[in-house]
Amino acid sequence: MFDTNELVLNMGPQHPSTHGVLRVVLRLDGEKVVDSDVVIGYLHRGIEKLSENRNWTQIILLTDRMDYVAAAINNVGYCETVEKLMSLEVPRRARYVRTILCELQRIASHCLWVGTHAMDIGAMTVFLYAFRERELILDLFEEFCGARLTYNSMRIGGLPLDIPPGWDKKVLEFCKIMDSKIDEYEELLTHNRIWLERTRGIGVISGPHAVALGLSGPPLRGSGVPRDVRKDEPYAAYDEMQFDVPIGLAGDTYDRYLVRMEEFRQSLRIIRQGTEGIPEGPIVGKVPRLIKPPAGETYHAIESPKGELGYFIVSDGKSTNPYRFRVRPPSFCNLQGLRTLIKGHLIADVVALIGSLDVVLGEVDR
Amino acid sequence: MAEAPKPPEPVATTAPKAAAHPPKAAAPIGPPDQPPPADKPLPAFIASLQAALPGAVSQISFWVGDWTIIIPAARILDVAQHLRNAPDASFDFCSDVTATDWPPRAERFDIIYCLYSTRYRHRVRVKAKAGELEPVASVTGIWPAADWLEREVYDMFGVNFVGHPDRRRILMPEDWQGFPQRKDYPLEGPGELLMENPLDWLKLRQARDEADIE
Repeated sequence: MFDTNELVLNMGPQHPSTHGVLRVVLRLDGEKVVDSDVVIGYLHRGIEKLSENRNWTQIILLTDRMDYVAAAINNVGYCETVEKLMSLEVPRRARYVRTILCELQRIASHCLWVGTHAMDIGAMTVFLYAFRERELILDLFEEFCGARLTYNSMRIGGLPLDIPPGWDKKVLEFCKIMDSKIDEYEELLTHNRIWLERTRGIGVISGPHAVALGLSGPPLRGSGVPRDVRKDEPYAAYDEMQFDVPIGLAGDTYDRYLVRMEEFRQSLRIIRQGTEGIPEGPIVGKVPRLIKPPAGETYHAIESPKGELGYFIVSDGKSTNPYRFRVRPPSFCNLQGLRTLIKGHLIADVVALIGSLDVVLGEVDR
Repeated sequence: MAEAPKPPEPVATTAPKAAAHPPKAAAPIGPPDQPPPADKPLPAFIASLQAALPGAVSQISFWVGDWTIIIPAARILDVAQHLRNAPDASFDFCSDVTATDWPPRAERFDIIYCLYSTRYRHRVRVKAKAGELEPVASVTGIWPAADWLEREVYDMFGVNFVGHPDRRRILMPEDWQGFPQRKDYPLEGPGELLMENPLDWLKLRQARDEADIE
């Protein structure tokens, strides 16, 4: 009556667990994934082509639209690449504020991740808790630059505005609140039996394999490779900060979760050091009126919450727009590993694995 | 997995007119690729690459702290293999593959590989110069990470990668005509006509160009 043919199942692009418009075509044997094809491009807006026709300052706002849950980090990455191309010196105060903003943004991004990842697996409460704390960070950003999602919060050579008076106190207050909230998330998940069953041993990937696949960020560190751009190639003020790079051992979904949970704490540690040690001084370096980097090209990478975010920019030295603008999106390269990760697992684990890679489709497709 | 329509082969899209009417301002023919300053010693892995593969490296550049090795596209597999496996290089992480388009040049594309070593924590860029239809060997066998990155370069520039396991468009729809990131591709996009009838579109564009000149 029934034969055992393989079944092709289409998941997405409209699916609540794909975090945007990701389409995965699954070939199934019963409930097991035999093979898959990951289809992207539904959110392609041509940001690279657009940027090649905008001037250097206008691009900052386009970078907001890539990883929209961590817009400030995109801004920092772009501005630092242009500064590297122009050999600009950024004042120490600006570098400190950048570091604080980056880490606040990392916490906001991880809050969104822990909420949606847990909800995909079936734990609703964490989502509500995590969004409550994310709101506090958005309020801090609103006070700093007036926006809550797409900040446009950097300028080439420094910052657009100094931090508002009393802002650093509010940041420290937030750190105090957040400390106990991370324990709250962990109480809900870390030793939860259902959570352990659903994440342990799922999507195991070894360190060398993860490196070969081009994974970066928490998915790479979860496999035991201590690679963090903040430590290896320090930018902003990370060379003056004390922090540890957490790594996992098993390389499964649970370890990637633990790595991110520890990153919450390390980010708070960096924010505390940054806010307490914020130096006085100017917020913008010596930037020429007309930004026109000399002819040349450079690649500069920073650590976004998703992984290594790199910008490759070519300037021809004549025009006021870049000749070539390229982003190395961490989500794109991490998503490439999905096919390997889900092979042999059940359909229900596919959503867990998409969640554990923490992709943002705005960045995948650009 | 499902039978995808066969991806279009890269075809020359530069109108032959371009040679007769050069653009007003001379188009740049590539980044300057500054040579390293005399007092800057070469990293050991570049010296050993030059020793192991004589003639493969055509130029070395150093600019704002980045080393770039410039090679002809034909040697990319040898160079990649060496950089991946040589004990003093061990570039095991391919962080990016991308391209730049310099239309007036005979070797129109620069294909750029950004490499990183998780062991020594150093970086290098390899730049291969390739003509429009020239086959470029895929490095997916050496760095599996290059799979999607090369697909994107093919999708956006039409670089003719050979030996790629799954060369399809990745960001654009599978039946898209043209390669959007090329410099001669219009910013506003080709509109409906190109999608339906590329030949008519080309004629219309040429007519528009001629009208501009008069």
